[in-house]
Amino acid sequence: MAYEIIAKVAQPEGLLPMAAGWDAARARLDGLPGGGLNVAHEAVDRHVGAGHGAQTAMIWLGREGARRELTYADLAADAARFANVLRSCGIGPGERLFLLAGRVPELYAAVLGALKAGVVVSPLFPAFGPEPVRARMEIGEASVLVTTEAHYRRKVADWRADMPQLKLVLIIGETAPEDCIALGPAMAAAPATFETHPTQAEDMALLHFTSGTTGLPKGVVHVHEAVVAHAETGRLALNLRPGDIYWCTADPGWVTGMSYGIISPLCNRVTMVVDEEEFDLDRWYTILERERVQVWYTAPTAIRMMMRAGDGAAKGRDFSALRFLASVGEPLNAECVIWGQQVFGLPFHDNWWQSETGGIMIGNTAEMDIKPGAMGKPLPGIEAGIVVREGDRVVEQPDGTIGELALRPGWPSMMRAYLGQPERYAKCFAGGWYLTGDLAMRDSDGYYWFVGRADDLIKSSGHLIGPFEVESALIEHTAVAEAAVIGIPDETAGEVVKAFVTLKAGFPADEAMERELRGHARKRLGPAVAPREIVFRDSLPRTRSGKIMRRLLRARELGLPVGDLSTLEGDPK
Amino acid sequence: MTPSDPRAVFIEELIAVAPDLEAATIDDNDHLQNELGLDSMDFLRLVSALHKRFDLPIPESDYPRLASPAKAVTYLVEKLAT
Repeated sequence: MAYEIIAKVAQPEGLLPMAAGWDAARARLDGLPGGGLNVAHEAVDRHVGAGHGAQTAMIWLGREGARRELTYADLAADAARFANVLRSCGIGPGERLFLLAGRVPELYAAVLGALKAGVVVSPLFPAFGPEPVRARMEIGEASVLVTTEAHYRRKVADWRADMPQLKLVLIIGETAPEDCIALGPAMAAAPATFETHPTQAEDMALLHFTSGTTGLPKGVVHVHEAVVAHAETGRLALNLRPGDIYWCTADPGWVTGMSYGIISPLCNRVTMVVDEEEFDLDRWYTILERERVQVWYTAPTAIRMMMRAGDGAAKGRDFSALRFLASVGEPLNAECVIWGQQVFGLPFHDNWWQSETGGIMIGNTAEMDIKPGAMGKPLPGIEAGIVVREGDRVVEQPDGTIGELALRPGWPSMMRAYLGQPERYAKCFAGGWYLTGDLAMRDSDGYYWFVGRADDLIKSSGHLIGPFEVESALIEHTAVAEAAVIGIPDETAGEVVKAFVTLKAGFPADEAMERELRGHARKRLGPAVAPREIVFRDSLPRTRSGKIMRRLLRARELGLPVGDLSTLEGDPK
Repeated sequence: MTPSDPRAVFIEELIAVAPDLEAATIDDNDHLQNELGLDSMDFLRLVSALHKRFDLPIPESDYPRLASPAKAVTYLVEKLAT
């Protein structure tokens, strides 16, 4: 807290405060004409109905330099075509559609079209390897997959026969492998109108996967009612106003790219910039400048990469269109907030949320002074606290004390279940609180400061990685006896995954083996999840009950106090 | 001392970062991220390894010039000659 507070920037006229609270937010939406609530209707059809069909909804920037504009009317028609494709293939409301593709226009049509048809959407990160893809599709009981031929061949084709409930694979493009349908011709043949399925507020809309410390990933269930929070928090925490040019750099394969890269901006009738390409310094500065981006939502990893390039790369550029910068995914260090001021003349506004909350809960809004390094204050309608679990009891902590960040349940985008795992869901709630698993502290001004995870989950480039999933993939290798996975600090990604492995007798612990195992893990898990570093040990520290003590490995790795070792079996350093 | 065969060194460091790749199947025109599946953290690690091996500063503004093995080798040869 050694940094000076950055005073709020005066807001242009026309951004006057509106009535706060979820009821007021709900009233700003339409609802379906015949009753009910549907995300796609609020995001697109509503605006077309109100005469905004000609407004640009998306500026799509292709990898090789293509630039395409789609209006709200275009998006509505594409969504309707996609919904018709699903219906003509016999896919009904409530079935689950998975997405595995890059940021191409078809992906957006698929999300909106599926929601329109009452089909549940579950996005997958395109950098996942075959194992995370398969695990999530099995847990989520996928009926439909929308993907590209390359992803399909690499990650799905080998095991498709083992998953009979997967009825339909739609391949983006004009041709498709056997047993799949090419989406291009199917869309072209489908009618451009579709009557939105009368979904109700509590019908399942989205299924996001999040990692657990033990066991398989959890399917986080969100309902159509979540759109109330998506729309409202975009207005409150991201300062979105109709007609804004807005760029969210997150991929829709993660929750940020779905909530704030598709639903929230469209509900707020902005023009979204969508870039197919990954981070590229010059490209990003050029997009900000040329597309006259007004509101920009990005992540600390990207900001740090831009910072490292120095201010020179940004020199001479015109960022005068920018009005609001925001960041999410992991704590934004104070240096980044201040760098934003130097380069863009605006500070980054950090905010906090997670898959389970569905939308931004805590943030630095335009109306607030910023304390660099703090994640902000609870948004209107959100009650937060810092608590400690004591058995079945939950005790609130005073300001200045570190504890678990907790929220009072009841906001519209709160998860409604972990799919098929009621006991794991129930464990998230105690004493009238939803317990987030994040450690934080509140200062005397009411600002919240992120401290770390309360569990063994690893936060790398803003994404949660469950050590169990990584360990399981390593153990599948014939040479590996046991594995333990932790996060170690990294100046760009926040944390990176490191694995400690013991080998079976007869296998050499050498560099070739290290590469072999990393290669094995990358093939199964993809680069985002696989360990960046593997070290060999003769044995791993275990509790007397046999559980590997990741916490001890991490403490030793980082030179931290090792804490209570009374349950440690032996001391295999 | 700088290595004499930039392509061999580049491929060696690429595979050290992404050991799921096989040298024989890498096409010189493959895009590191789109075709070879590197993510941005992989790319940064590769740049850092090249920086060490060639004792060559590689500013961020030059990163697009490392987008494929062919481009990277051209870039490295050019830089090493100056």
